[in-house]
Parts: sequence; C-alpha cells; structure tokens
Amino acid sequence: MVKKIASGLKYVYLGLMLFFLYMPIIYLIVFSFNDFPTVGRRISYANLGKWSGFSLDNYLRLFTGDSVEPLLLTLRVAVVSSVLATLVGTAAAIGINSMKKRSRSLVLNVSQLPMVNPDLVTGITFMMLFAFVNSLLVKLGMSQMGDYVKLLIAHISFSIPYVIFSVMPRLKQSSNLLYEAAMDLGCSPTRALWKVVIPDIMPGITSGFIMALTMSLDDFVVSYFVSSLSSTLSVHIYSAAQKPYGVNPALATIIFIPLVAMLLIVNLRRIRKEREYEIQNKKVKMKNGGR
Amino acid sequence: MKRRIFAYPYIVWMILFIVAPMFFILYYAFTVNGSFTLTKFWATISDPQNYEVLWTSVVIAFKTTLICLLLGYPIAYILSNMRKSVAAFISVLFFVPMWMNFVLRTYAWQAILEYALPALFGWTDKTLTGTEAAVLTVLVYNFLPFMVMPLYNTLSKLDKSLIEASRDLGAGSFHTFTRVVLPLSIPGIVSGITMVFIPAITAFSVPVLIGNGNYDLYGNKIDRAFKILAESDYSTGSTLALILLVCVLISTVIMNRFDKEQAGGQLW
Repeated sequence: MVKKIASGLKYVYLGLMLFFLYMPIIYLIVFSFNDFPTVGRRISYANLGKWSGFSLDNYLRLFTGDSVEPLLLTLRVAVVSSVLATLVGTAAAIGINSMKKRSRSLVLNVSQLPMVNPDLVTGITFMMLFAFVNSLLVKLGMSQMGDYVKLLIAHISFSIPYVIFSVMPRLKQSSNLLYEAAMDLGCSPTRALWKVVIPDIMPGITSGFIMALTMSLDDFVVSYFVSSLSSTLSVHIYSAAQKPYGVNPALATIIFIPLVAMLLIVNLRRIRKEREYEIQNKKVKMKNGGR
Repeated sequence: MKRRIFAYPYIVWMILFIVAPMFFILYYAFTVNGSFTLTKFWATISDPQNYEVLWTSVVIAFKTTLICLLLGYPIAYILSNMRKSVAAFISVLFFVPMWMNFVLRTYAWQAILEYALPALFGWTDKTLTGTEAAVLTVLVYNFLPFMVMPLYNTLSKLDKSLIEASRDLGAGSFHTFTRVVLPLSIPGIVSGITMVFIPAITAFSVPVLIGNGNYDLYGNKIDRAFKILAESDYSTGSTLALILLVCVLISTVIMNRFDKEQAGGQLW
C-alpha cells in the first residue's frame, strides 16, 4: 500500500515537472489559433492572453509577414554551416588522429575553447573580429561582409569542435586491421579510407552533423552579436519581443512539431532496441529461474 | 602518415576563427583608439559598481543552479529507477524543451507572467514581470533540462548491485541513498552545475525580457557595452569580458578539483 502511494507520487512529480516544462510551449501553440486584432496598420500580438476567436491567419502570416526572411535565413545558415562543419570536422578528426601525441593534444585542447567559453564571449570576439575585417575591406575598397557570411563563419566555428569530438571516439574504436586488409587486397589508400574507414565512423559523423544542425538552429547569443537586429529567427524573436506588437505565436508550432518528430524518430530506434534487450534479459532470467 | 594533411584546413580555420578572435579581447582591453593605455582597463577594473552587478549575477546564478539541482535530482533518480524502455521515452520528453528555441520559450513566459497568471488571479492592474522571482523562475525553467541530462546519464549507469549490497548489509533506504547513491552521482552533479551556473551568469536575454530592465545582470553590462550604440565601448566591454573569463577559469578549476578528488576517493 505504502509502496503504491510512493510510486504514485513519483508519477505525480514527473507529471508536474513535465507540465512546468511544456506549459509555456502549449500556451503559445494554443494562442497561435487566436484571432489577433489590428492596431494601427499592423497586426498586434501584444495581448497574448486574451482569447478573441479562432483563426488560422497567424499561419498564413508566417509566409507573408516579417518572420519569413529570418526563418529562411535560419534554415539556410543551419543547413550550409552544419554540412561544411561536418566535412571539415570529420577530415580534421581523421587528420588529428594520426598526429603525434603532443601536437594532437595541443589541437584538441584549443578545440575545446569554444565549448568551454561562455556564448557571450564567443559572440563578442566574433563581433570585434568582423568589425576589424570589415574596416579592412572598406580600406581596400571592397564590399563588406553581409550577415549571411558572418553568421556562416561563426556557426561553422562553434560547430566544428562538436563534430570532431563525436567522430574521434569512433575513430579510436575502429581498428586499423580492416584498413590494412583493404590495402592488401589492392585498394589505394584513398579508396580504402573511403570504403572502410568512413563507413566505420559513420554513426559518429551523423551524430556530429545532427548536433551541429541543432546548435545552429538554436543559437541566439552568437548570432545576436554577429549580425543585425532581425537576422535569424532567435534574434528576430528577441527584438520583436521588446516591441509593442510582439511575436507571432505560430512560430512555436512550426518549430515544435518538426523538433518532436525528429527527436522521436532518432530515439524510437534506440528505445526499440532497449526493449528487445529487456525482453531477452527476461527470458534468460526465466530460464535461470526454471533451473 | 599523409593523413595528417586532412587536419590542415581545420587548423588554419582554428587559428583564424578560434584563436585570433580571443586576442581581440586583450587588444581592446588595453587600447583606446589603437594606442596602448591602461586607463580604460583600470577604470573598469576598479569600479565597485561592476563587482556589485557581478555579485548579484553570481547570487542569482547560484540560486538558479541550486533550485535546478533540487528539482532535477528527483527527476533523474526516478527516471533511472524505471524500466529502461519507459525511461528512454520519458527522458526524451524531458530533453525536448532543451532544443526548443530559448528566446521563444522566454517570450512565452513573458506573456504568461504579464497576462495569463494575473488574469487567473483576477489582478487587473498588476503584472508579474520585473521581479526577482520571475527572473529566477524563467532561468530555472530554461536550464532545468541541462541539469537533468547529466544527472540521468550518471544515475542510469550506476551499478544497481551496489544498492542491493548496501541493503543486504542492513542499510535503510535513507542511508543507502546518502552513503551510496549520492556519492556515486557526484560526477553528474558536477557536470550539471557547470552546465547551468556559467550560462546563468551570462544569460542577458532573460533579465531584458522578464526583468523589465529592473535586474541588471553581468551579461547585460557586456551586451550594452557592445550592442547599444549610445554606450558602445569595446574597451570597457572587453575588460568586463576578461573579468568574466577569470571567474569562469576559477570555477572550472574548482569543479575539476572536486571531480578529481571524487575519482581518487573511489579508488579507495
């Protein structure tokens, strides 16, 4: 009886915490169907708490309003920066792995810098670097770097270390024997690398890529310091939230639904594997018990 | 042997975009208009107001970390004792908000604290934003998953036979927890604290959106030195960032020592 109450309390606690975590997201999603009034010449999302009728207009406005460009820029920067970071980072991991011990640990230690540094510091250092480069470019009579290029450089830089550190453990695990066997059977080193090593470390590359993608999509601080006031989605939301007409809550839905779908797909396979493992364990236990 | 070449593009990139930018902090901290001077550096470093703000931020970050730990430890502990397949599913639910846009979640809280909760209690002319409790709630909300994740990872890998052994040797569930589970989960606690404490000191968007400008934290000072044109001052901002980096360094050293002592203790 006491045990039942205790386990019941556990679920109540988890439920309360999940409610705390999801309530604001659900709140935005509910109000994304609200019919917001027009104040002056533009729509005002300011009274995000007063229900004034059902409407799907907010979703149409995603494609016409001022959040279109930030949304597209965010997606472009995320895809391009994570692909480039994965390419450079994977190559770097392969290279670093065959370095001598001292230079390897030097490179790896420096690579940890962006992961240890507070976002704020990373942001301001890039801001000062780009201001310096842009002033040089002006002196040389060339055009300055735009938001897209600056964002791309910054996002690639903070993503590469995550790719390297998710590929490195895989490389350490993969044995050199297969690579040597491929060479013995007549593969050129490049071909052996491509046919044997790359497939072997593929899980590390994939998880590095996903990490780079989510880091870029989610970044606010670095993008905020690097670019102008309504560049990426996070920066746009931050500056709109301080203005009287607020932010379109439909953004919450179109970020949330793909995110949940992606995470569930990635994790479902793992969960299914664990369940199979559990069932097998149970069978073994039953056999042992039968003895 | 030749494989080393693959790392060269990255090493060039690393020098240009990871190492070089760091020197700009040093450069601007010790120069004004391109000439070396210590005046700005000294003016910033000797201004007691900066340390007051830093102290306020450290206190708020400490409270955030403590509340996250107190709320997050039970979550991780309950999850780690569930059946693996169920726990895997529920833990994903706890980590999803981590990847949801940080600013958008903070904006949602702004709306809730400004309209929904006051309306719920029938207050017509009162908002809940602009108080320390509001800033603290939203900081805890934003950082809770970052505390739960490392704790869950450590607790779920904990060898269950140790708990059984402790029970067999006559310890009650309270003693088993304080003497076995808690000490073994210290690595998770340490990485949870580092994942919450430093980001909480530098979180400048929450005080702006939730604190209504009443709560000036350290991140806001740096933000204003760089982004607000009227107050734009790279020298002051860089010196403030240097002070922050020293704090980060000190807390990392303390945390590492804590972690190592624990690892050493386990050997015995």
